[in-house]
Amino acid sequence: MKQLGIYLREYRKESVLAPLFKLLEAFFDLLVPLVVAQIIDVGIAGNNRTYIISRVVILVLLALAGLLSSFTAQWFAAKASAGFGANLRQATFDHIESLSFTQLDRIGTSTLITRLTSDINQAQTGLNMGLRLLLRSPFIVFGSMIMAFTINVRAALVFVVTIPILALVVYGIMIISIPLFRKAQAGLDEVTGLTRENLTGVRVIRAFCKESDEVRAFDEKNEALTRLNEFVGRLSALMNPLTYVLINIATIVLIHTGAVQVNFGRIQQGDVVALYNYMAQMVVELVKLASLIITINKAVACADRVAQVLAVPEGMEFPEGSDAGDDSGMSGASAPAVSFRGVSMEYADAGDESLTDISFEAEKGQTIGVIGGTGSGKSTLVNLIPRFYDVSRGAVLVDGVDVRQYPKGALIEKIGVVPQKAMLFAGTVRDNMRWGNENASDDAIWRALETAQAKDVVESKEGGLDFQIEQSGRNLSGGQKQRLTIARALVKRPEILIMDDSASALDFATDAALRKAVRSFEGNMTTFIVSQRASSIMQADQILVLDDGRLAGKGTHEELMKSCETYREIYYSQFPERRPASAGQRPGLKEGALSDGDAVSAGQKSSEKGMTPDKTVSRNLKRNGSAADEAVRKNGKEAKA
Amino acid sequence: MKGQKKQAKASSEENVEMKGDRTSSMETFGKVMRVIGRYKILLVLSIVLAAFSVILQLYVPILFGDAIDGIIAKGRVDFGIVTYYLSRILVLIILSSVATWVMNMINNRMTYRVVRDIRAKAIRRVQVLPLSYLDAHKTGDIVSRVIADVDQLSDGLLLGFTQLFTGVVTIVATLIFMFSKNVAITLLVVVMTPLSFFVAKFIADHSYVMFRHQTESRGEQTALIEEMVGSAKVVKAFGYEKRASERFAKVNGELKEYSQKATFFSSLTNPATRFVNSLIYALVALVGAFVILGGGLTVGGLSVMLSYANQYMKPFNDISSVVTELQNALACATRIFALIEEEPEKDCVEVPEETVSKGHRAMHETVSCGAKSGTVDIDDVFFSYMKDHPLIENYNLHAKPGMRVAIVGPTGCGKTTMINLLMRFYDADKGDIRVDGESIYSMPRHELRQHYGMVLQDTWLKNGTVRENINIGKPDATDEEIIAAAKEAHSWEFIRRLPQKLDTVLHEDSLSQGQKQLLCITRVMLKLPPMLILDEATSSIDTRTEILIQQAFDKLMEGRTSFIVAHRLSTIRSADIILVMKDGKIIEQGNHESLLKAGGFYAKLYNSQFSV
Repeated sequence: MKQLGIYLREYRKESVLAPLFKLLEAFFDLLVPLVVAQIIDVGIAGNNRTYIISRVVILVLLALAGLLSSFTAQWFAAKASAGFGANLRQATFDHIESLSFTQLDRIGTSTLITRLTSDINQAQTGLNMGLRLLLRSPFIVFGSMIMAFTINVRAALVFVVTIPILALVVYGIMIISIPLFRKAQAGLDEVTGLTRENLTGVRVIRAFCKESDEVRAFDEKNEALTRLNEFVGRLSALMNPLTYVLINIATIVLIHTGAVQVNFGRIQQGDVVALYNYMAQMVVELVKLASLIITINKAVACADRVAQVLAVPEGMEFPEGSDAGDDSGMSGASAPAVSFRGVSMEYADAGDESLTDISFEAEKGQTIGVIGGTGSGKSTLVNLIPRFYDVSRGAVLVDGVDVRQYPKGALIEKIGVVPQKAMLFAGTVRDNMRWGNENASDDAIWRALETAQAKDVVESKEGGLDFQIEQSGRNLSGGQKQRLTIARALVKRPEILIMDDSASALDFATDAALRKAVRSFEGNMTTFIVSQRASSIMQADQILVLDDGRLAGKGTHEELMKSCETYREIYYSQFPERRPASAGQRPGLKEGALSDGDAVSAGQKSSEKGMTPDKTVSRNLKRNGSAADEAVRKNGKEAKA
Repeated sequence: MKGQKKQAKASSEENVEMKGDRTSSMETFGKVMRVIGRYKILLVLSIVLAAFSVILQLYVPILFGDAIDGIIAKGRVDFGIVTYYLSRILVLIILSSVATWVMNMINNRMTYRVVRDIRAKAIRRVQVLPLSYLDAHKTGDIVSRVIADVDQLSDGLLLGFTQLFTGVVTIVATLIFMFSKNVAITLLVVVMTPLSFFVAKFIADHSYVMFRHQTESRGEQTALIEEMVGSAKVVKAFGYEKRASERFAKVNGELKEYSQKATFFSSLTNPATRFVNSLIYALVALVGAFVILGGGLTVGGLSVMLSYANQYMKPFNDISSVVTELQNALACATRIFALIEEEPEKDCVEVPEETVSKGHRAMHETVSCGAKSGTVDIDDVFFSYMKDHPLIENYNLHAKPGMRVAIVGPTGCGKTTMINLLMRFYDADKGDIRVDGESIYSMPRHELRQHYGMVLQDTWLKNGTVRENINIGKPDATDEEIIAAAKEAHSWEFIRRLPQKLDTVLHEDSLSQGQKQLLCITRVMLKLPPMLILDEATSSIDTRTEILIQQAFDKLMEGRTSFIVAHRLSTIRSADIILVMKDGKIIEQGNHESLLKAGGFYAKLYNSQFSV
């Protein structure tokens, strides 16, 4: 929270002047009861009409002076808070963009967006309120007390006693009820969640005949929320009557004290009126202060959350300077484009490794296919190449240099990434294409579009490269978006191109044409193609078969067909008519259940021992799930040891 | 609470209209009164107490004025009078405080219980509404009716009503008290007060333009944030950070300018109206002083007038905000009633009574379902979603126990229509569907649905633990049974890797799409019903996993009548009957071989898969 102060530093002058002028206004306010007292004691008592008029003119002047100083204060407060908000937003934005993938995963982008929008807005509003009112209200409260002292010490003592008691009651109730309110809000969130669930899951609920259970579950939460609300309500119901009684008892005591003092001749009747007015003024400000504190509390909580985001470390360390870059230039010529050496990877907060002991080398210019089931670690594997994540064990080398040795930004320059989720941005096609290369010529862009089979897409759009893409590319179809994101990566003319299942929305013919074009794209590009379709990676120079985070096989299509059970299984499931006749009428449906853990060892063993696939399968049938678990657990232990 | 309300307002603008959304406000008010029903006495009591405490609170300053009039000068203080008035004040403030306190308690109870009752009604109605209704209305819209609108209703209508009433009482009582003190000064205050309204309105009109600018540029910035932060990974993958920052800086600079101006102009309202009030105050002081000199008023009286002059404005402001609040609340009430008065589907299932259960009553009614063999007959069924767009006409299908029926066709061809009819989510317009010879329209819905196991296209998981999500069809299943089912459905492989295994609480994004589907399959695996409905169950799972599931399903489907909806032909080649659908209609029917031989639409679809 305190570290956010630096974003206000630029507006130091405004932050001091705003409350100062506000105090000035409060000072003029405090003078009013005194003037009224004079009207009564001097003007009325002395039957002096001109005096009365002159005092009323003073009242008007005081109001005018108050108005002007208030305007000035508002101006400075608005300037300081708007400036603070802008500075903080920029800093937070820049910081978020610098966070590592791990940090982004951990915090979640929706949270980050909230921090950057509503939280900072609230903090800004809070600062504005704080600058204007946080000093003013206490000033009036204590100012009233001090003014009372100038009138009469005995009467002022009433103020001295009343203020702390009132403060205790008001803030005591507040402090107790704020966490309760938060709890009530959480309860409401639960009821909201249940309502939503009942609607989105209506078919499942009805299919499983769960209507009554759902209603009962809802009743329970609904009742709990009601009880909590009533409890909090009982507490805050006390606030108003209690303060009202306290204030008026204080006023009674004040008037009585005043009466005694007047009787002794120490003060006059007008002074009693002034004391009475000060008491009223003080009460108004005390109540304002209470609601102000709630607002500021919220703003501080928001600011704290923003500060937490700012305090998140970037999450990755990069070597200083460019010495590593020189190294890469030296060893780069002969070294493989990418090599994995015993790489294991575990996501933060995950229960288990996502990749285990992966080793392979990709020579320059090669096409590498990566295939495997859902959650087998395909995306994880390619995400390690541009160092989106750091490995837990082993090393990833690009051009013979450990990716961790590259200075910030140097590695990403070599690599073009086509993410799984085709994401385009608001702006023209040209703007989007220039993401990887700010200065790409239209010619270069068209060449990339042609290679990505997206030329006709752009040509068919009004304005061609000037066609306006809407936010998230929502005015394009899935297939169009995929092709454009591929082109975007190609515009960069990367040394390494990574396509993470990025042709899934394309039909087979386009997919094939795309692969062919990418292969002959300018430069000696090393290409990684992640896919679930065997047909997309069949032609690759090297295919990596992943199964439950392990490398179940690597080699060409022909090699893998011979040696890798997992690969065969995938292939035949997609090309059932190519399965040898002996494999049966219902391909892939009757054979044994291959558990992930098993598949690796079984596949390898079968090739070693020259077992026929059928026998392997039937053996696997007997060794069902639990045996597979055992195998995985063992492997895990060995790896850790 | 506040945030919720804002959401409600924002969302209500874009919401689809429900049938009952346009009932007159008087009618709605009547309905609200009926819902309040048993709390009516509380409402009346609340209003009476409010009036009582307001009048007392307004009377107290007069007594203070009278007490001050007893304090004239040195040695001329009439302690008898002072003590007399002060002790009366003490009694009055205690009375009024107690009244306020009781009123607050009553309001609390009334509002929270009305909210509870309405929500309980709403959730019950949701369970029995026809799916055609729920499909036609956005989830977010219904949720905002049940949550935000109900809050707004109770706050706005019940409290607003009390506030409106007290506001009026305050104004009337203040005027009476003031006129009783001095007519001229009162008239002065009454004439002057509208001035501050004009000032406030003038500023509001002028700051509106600034606010609009601020809103626009804030919207622009939010859009940029959503893109650049939402896709921060893409930004990083392209080293776009610096350019993103520059673009942000530009929008941020604009926002700063507008935000500063909007904040400044709008913050002028308070000082300006305060200034007007100060002027009135000064005038009252001036006139008051002259009137005292003329003998028409006492000093205590002047202090009363001054304090009234300060207070007089407040109820006006309150009332104007309460009136908008009330209108809002009434609109919300209309929206709520449109939902809870919607016609339920005919012969709907029973839901628990509305007496709110104290504590947990775990009572699982197991509908007695004699084991069905799984014969499904569809006879001459006609069905359409819209009257003038006939979809299924004169359709017949006879599935023997254990048969596999696959439903195939391009996306949007109406494959889910079959599920809607089989599960009786929708009723056929004409014709009959029979299970084991018994019409599904003559058996309770629960009984029918007990016979089916269903995995839907859009996987739905409860916000709860993995266990709660799996045992939904069999709440008393042991962990061993659950794990066995999970292993068979191949979900155990990822479940065992979750931090707390079966006890892991699932959130929206904690599982991948494929994993969610595996979980949904596990549910059915545990329940083992005689008939299965699989709606593109394996569409977003890769082929290899799909095969594993298929193997498990094969086992599951043995002896069970199954209806499989899928767009992957490989998964349905094994079906006994394939229904080929196009544009909502069934155009071909037969098995894989016969359909291929026929060379129709199915053959075309099938061959297109491998046209490399």
